[in-house]
Formats: sequence, C-alpha cells, structure tokens
Amino acid sequence: MEQDSGFFAFIQQQSGKLLSQTLTHVGLTMISLVLAIIIAVPLGIWISRKPKFAGGVLGVAGVLQTIPSIALLGILIPVLGIGPKPAIFALFLYALLPIVRNTYTGLIGVSPVVVDAAKGMGMNSLQVLFKVELPLSFSVIMAGVRTATVINVGVATLAAYIAAGGLGEFIFGGIALNNTNMILAGAIPAALLAVLLDFILSRVQRFRLKKVVLWKAALPVIILTLSSFYLLPTKLGGRLLAGFTPEFMGREDGYIGLKSLYHLDMETVVISDAVMYKAARDKHLDVISGYSTDGRLKAYSLITLEDDLKLFPAYQAAPLIREDVLMKFPGLEAVLDQLSGKISEAVMTGMNYKVDQLKQSPEKVALDFMVANNLYKKPRPVKVGGVAAPTVRIGSKIFGEQYILAQIYRILILGNTDFQVETKTGLGGTKICFDALQNKQIDFYPEYTGTGLLVVLQPDRQTREKLRTDIPAMKSYLDREFHEKYGLKWLKPIGFNNTYALMMRKEQAAELGIKTITDLTNQIKN
Amino acid sequence: MIKVENLVKYFNDEAAVNQVSFEIAEAENLVLLGTSGCGKTTTLRMINRLLEPDSGRVWIQGVDTSLQDPSKLRRGIGYVLQHHGLFPHFTVAENIAVVPKLLHWKEDAIRARTFELLEKLQLPVQLAGLYPQNLSGGQQQRVGLARSLMVNPPVLLMDEPFGALDALTRRDIRLEFRQLEELKSKTILMVTHDVQEAFELGDRICLMDKGEIQQIGTAMELLFKPANAFVRSFFNDQRTQLEFKTVMLTDLFIGGSVPAKVSVWDTLENRSDTDAGIPALSDILTAFENFKRK
Ligand SMILES: Nc1ncnc2c1ncn2[C@@H]1O[C@H](COP(=O)(O)OP(=O)(O)OP(=O)(O)O)[C@@H](O)[C@H]1O
Ligand SMILES: [Mg+2]
Repeated sequence: MEQDSGFFAFIQQQSGKLLSQTLTHVGLTMISLVLAIIIAVPLGIWISRKPKFAGGVLGVAGVLQTIPSIALLGILIPVLGIGPKPAIFALFLYALLPIVRNTYTGLIGVSPVVVDAAKGMGMNSLQVLFKVELPLSFSVIMAGVRTATVINVGVATLAAYIAAGGLGEFIFGGIALNNTNMILAGAIPAALLAVLLDFILSRVQRFRLKKVVLWKAALPVIILTLSSFYLLPTKLGGRLLAGFTPEFMGREDGYIGLKSLYHLDMETVVISDAVMYKAARDKHLDVISGYSTDGRLKAYSLITLEDDLKLFPAYQAAPLIREDVLMKFPGLEAVLDQLSGKISEAVMTGMNYKVDQLKQSPEKVALDFMVANNLYKKPRPVKVGGVAAPTVRIGSKIFGEQYILAQIYRILILGNTDFQVETKTGLGGTKICFDALQNKQIDFYPEYTGTGLLVVLQPDRQTREKLRTDIPAMKSYLDREFHEKYGLKWLKPIGFNNTYALMMRKEQAAELGIKTITDLTNQIKN
Repeated sequence: MIKVENLVKYFNDEAAVNQVSFEIAEAENLVLLGTSGCGKTTTLRMINRLLEPDSGRVWIQGVDTSLQDPSKLRRGIGYVLQHHGLFPHFTVAENIAVVPKLLHWKEDAIRARTFELLEKLQLPVQLAGLYPQNLSGGQQQRVGLARSLMVNPPVLLMDEPFGALDALTRRDIRLEFRQLEELKSKTILMVTHDVQEAFELGDRICLMDKGEIQQIGTAMELLFKPANAFVRSFFNDQRTQLEFKTVMLTDLFIGGSVPAKVSVWDTLENRSDTDAGIPALSDILTAFENFKRK
C-alpha cells in the first residue's frame, strides 16, 4: 500500500501483470465485438428488408444498452457463471445496438436508384447486397463498429468485477486502495487502447469497397476470434477457487498477508463484492473475502473461517466522537455507552441481512432491535418555549450497517436526552466521514478500530506488526494517537468485529472439515 | 419483338398503369410519351420485371417473361435509368463492366468492348478510371448508355435517357444517338416527357395519360389524326413547329422531284441554300395547308 514509488516505477514493477491484463482486455473486447458483428450485421440487413420489424429490433437493442453494466453482469452470473463468458456476453449485448443501427441506417440510405440499377443490370438479390449495398454502406457500418469498440473497451474494465480480468483489475484495485498509480496503470492503457482501436478502424472505414466477398470477410473475423481467445486467461479448473475483491488482493492484511503468513497458495480470481457472495452461493467460487457482519453471509448460508493466526486486525466498531462534543453535550457519552457490548457479530449480521436482503428500512430494523433489547424509550417531548435544545449530528458511511447504527443512536439519544438529533447518512467512505467529523459538520459516527489504524493513522510496518495480534495494545495506541493528533475519542466498542474474513459455503466447509484458514491451507496442499 | 398485353399496376388503390397493350417490332423505336406521373416508368419496369404487374403479360422475343428468372432476363435487356443510376463506388470502367461480369466474360473481352464503346460514344479513354461523381452530366448519361450496350442486347429499355441534361446538350446527344450504329438494329422502348425528343427519336409514339394509352401511332398520325381531345390538345403548345418538323417535302409533293428526308422545317431553316429541286417557299406553304386540310 505504500505509494512511495512513482507511476513509472509502478508500471515497471507490475509490467507482467499489466501486459496480461491488457491482453485479456483486448481479447474480451475483440471477441465480443466480432460476435456482435456476426449477429448485428445480418440483423441490420434483415430489418432493412422488413422495415416493420425495425422498430422492434432497434428498440430491444436500445433497451439492452440502457441496462447498467453491473446490473447486466449480475443478471448473467446465475446463467453463465463468472469469468470471461458472462463478460463477453454482456459486451456483446452492448455492441449490438450501434452495429445493428448503423447497418440498418447505412442500407436504407443507399440510393434506391442505384439499387434499381443493380437489379436492372441483372444482379440477383445477394449480388445486389454484396456488390452494391454493403460496399456503399460500409463506412456507415464501420462507424457503428467504431462506436461499439470504444464502448466495449470502456465497459470491459467492468469485467474485473466478475473474475474475467482486464485492466479493470488495476482500476478498481487502485480505487479501493486509494492508489493513484494503480488506477492510472489501468486507466491510461484502457484509454490508449480505445484511441488506438478507433484509429485503426477509422483507417479501415476509409476503404472504398468494391464488393464484399463473404469468405474474405469471414477470414479475418475467424482469425481475430481465435487469436483473441488465446489472449484470455486459460480456463480455470481444478480444485478450490477463491474470488477476492480488488481491494483485498492488494492489501497486506488481505491476500498478500494470506500468502506470507498462512502460505496460502490457491487459484484466485478478482471479483467485485457485489457479485462475489452470489458466486459463492452458486458454487462458482469456493472461497471469498468478505466482511464478517455482511448480511449475505446469512442469506447465502456461508460461514467465516477462523483467522487462527490473527492476520486480520480487529475492526471493532465504536463511536468516534470529538472531545469538544462531549463537553457541549453533557451526559451524551453515558447514553452512547448504553449500546456498548450489546451487538454481537451474529446480531449485526442479522440486522444487515434484514436491510440488505429483505429490504427493510434501517429505521425499522433499528427500532425493532431497540425494542427487543429493552433499550427503547419514547422520545422526550420537545420543550415548548425557552431555548431550543442543541442538536447532535450523527454521521454514517454509505452502507447498511452504518445506516442502522446511526438510527440506533438516534433513538437512543432522543429517548434518553433532551437533545435533538440530525442524521447525516451516506457520507461515502472513511475519508469523507472522517473529514466531516474534523470539520465539525458531524459530531460523531461509528468507526472501526482497524480502519482508524490503517486508513487514518497509517503507522509504519513495524508498529502494525506489533499491534496486529495485541488488541489491548492497539486500543491504547489508538486512544492516545487520536487524542493527541485530532482531539477525538473512541467510545466503548459496540461489541461486534466487522473484519475481513474468508468465507465458504457451510456444507462444503463441513464436508471438507475446514474451520480455520490453516485448515484451508492444508486442504489445498493435499 | 416485345409484346405487352393488358398491363395493370395499382399503387395504393390507384391505377398507375391501366390496361396498357402495345407491340414493338424488331429494330423499332417506340417512345412512351406523357406528362410526369402518367405511368411511363411503371410500364417500363414491368417489362424487365423490376415491378410485377397486377395483371397482364409481357413477351420478349416470343417468350413470356413471367416464366423466366428475373435476373437472367434483365441481363439480356439493356436498361438505361432515369437518373443515370451509375454505381458511385465503381469507376467508369467498372460500371460499364457490370453486366459482362455477371455473364462471366473474360477480362480482355470486357476491356476491348469497353474501349470500343467509349470511343463510339465519344467518351475520352481517360475517363475509364474516374468515378461517376467526377463526370459531367452528359458524360454520366453516356456512360449509362454504354453500360446498357455492353453485352449488345437486342432489346433496350431507356427511361428518359437524356432527362438530366440541359436543352443544348440534349439536342447534341440526341443527334449522336440517332446516328449511333449500335442502336440501329435494336428494339427500343424509350420513355420521355419531351415532345420534341419523342418526335425526333420515335418510329412510333405511345401517348399516355393517367396510366392509360391515349393513342399509339406515328408522329403524323398523332398530329393529324388525333384519337381524342386529349391527344389533340397535348401538342397545342408547339403544334406548328411539330407539324413543320414532321411533314416531309415528299409528303407534300408526292411523285415530285423533291429530296427525301427533308422536312418543311428543314427547308424553312436552311432557306439560303436554294438547292435545285426545292420548291419556292410560297408553294411549300400552300401545299402544307392543303396537306393539313386532308
Ligand atoms: N413504388 C411506388 N409506390 C407508390 N406509388 C408509386 C410507386 N411508383 C410510382 N408510383 C405512382 O405511380 C404513378 C406513376 O408513376 P411513374 O413513375 O410510372 O410516372 P412517370 O410517368 O414515369 O413520371 P415521370 O415522368 O415523373 O418519371 C405516380 O402517381 C407515382 O406517384
Ligand atoms: Mg419516370
């Protein structure tokens, strides 16, 4: 995670990865493009002959293109699994519209007089198509192919979300790790690739075609397809397959640590957490990296493997509050501490499940929890007249668990104090929340100790190593540093630990007798 | 040579062509004349089956065209389109070579014939490598004509072959056209809405209106024996000129020693050369008046 080296140093270091990602990217783009051409051009020809179907076909292709890429990939996973197959299929769908539309536009744009002349000279309908109509609309069709290509190079970055590789691995890894060099190492080649392919196609577009000879046109298509398949990662096969998020892949307390500490050496693919859990449920993946309180754990009957060598640092959730706030709102600390130790991992997972999977509102889930645990008190009546009570502003990051916690604190404060409450939820990631806290835009928010250590304080490697397994030492280090550097205080932990965890399907883990990460390593060694 | 019987074609419940029948003898040039939209192009396109008639039949050289493969049929019929219809992605030479290529001619045979026709149609050889859009309108028309003549088809269908040209160019081209040896033996159906052109080029004229034939006959018959009021009024604008151009001295002085193939108009125009054997102007005009009265 060190960013000491510059962009070019990074490229140099990662040149092997960069090359393979670029080749995969080209492969995905090309195969999907060729497939799209094979389907879309005949389709365009057909609707130019049967105009009553034109609206329908173009409409469907148009709708396909408006499906958000991530959603489309998500839809395809249950059918096509993960890896290049669904990625190619999605890219293929996106490429259809521009090519069908331009083929259609190009063909109906050919002067009817010229077509008439062609028929009048005695060409049969195939000859008219290949000698006159296609050559004359070639440049319009190629314009569509160019559009599709540029779209595909862009969308192919998302292939990294579903274990299909490509330059998206760097881009999304870089975003997750806040590593600009890594982002650029993916983004710049992707942009160059788009420009380069567009340039080559613009040259092709300028050919003045006399006729289209089917086998001559088919030959480069076939060669291109075959060679592109060659660029794709070889088929994943064999035994246990792990899918890790781009972030996890790049973290020392992630895959890098798994390799060095556990000597875990298994086949891995990069995948987005949006589809990772589903892929594990559907047996496309056997091991995934997740968060220990994720609601999907419960939804998809996954279990977490015990981190027996203590690789993952503690991510204890606790309110992080400014010290001046504690002065301003006397008694607030004691009220917030009422929650301390009340929420275990199982309870948090259950609540996350309700919000993320059952789509209940965080307000309702929070209220249910408070009532069930006898923490609920009716909000105190607002004092009429006199000075209005000051308002406590609660922040949260942009995911379900944080929304729930913010709501729980709101109910807690309203029921036990005269203060008013305002929630500012959905403040993006750690950095945004932490900045808002420091800039006094919010008064406190739920934070995780591991995040505070690694993202905010960023101590050197030695300190990290020392604190990794020693929870009390870490606690006092955090308290001291946050007090001295920022005037912030960690209140008592809420109880659960939302940390990285390796997960497997319950029945598979039981079948293989895997309970800990060490078990997993041994299983793979055999 | 060409026989058309009761052709009918409807577009959106309206008859574009209604009960059209005619015959064209071998080497005859029949002109389809009529105002814009009267169904000339439609009639023509039913002959080479670019359009299928709703009813009626067409025979070419005694063969019912509906029994032939349409593309094979068309390869044997020269076709000149209303708006030249050259292929914009082909050079002049490639445009001209389209039909012989469809018929699998050898390359050198195609080349030889191409140069032969370019010369006959007074097209510079350098044009062969150019694209149609770089030619003048007149050149484009000639290339269109050359293309239709390449495989020397016995039958030619020409849809306003000089339609896109200005009046002067048109006259010149028409003149060449009449003198073109290639065309003399061909059976031609030519469409025009230009009366002068029809009179100059047609052996017979078929005058159409609203999809129906009003009269078929020689220029003389149309002028002096109109079948109905439409035919009579159709030529009113330029009647005198047409009559002068149509009536030959030989028609006026039957058995007299006047030169053949000289019209009254020619005599009037070239008054200066008082050739021997050409009667005095007053005599001609008197004879002309008498002729009309018959
Ligand atoms: N494909 C078509 N669909 C519908 N109507 C048509 C079609 N082709 C021709 N028509 C109509 O049929 C009638 C005859 O058209 P046609 O082209 O035969 O006229 P034309 O005599 O060749 O006229 P012009 O001198 O303008 O070329 C016109 O009213 C025209 O609008
Ligand atoms: Mg016409």
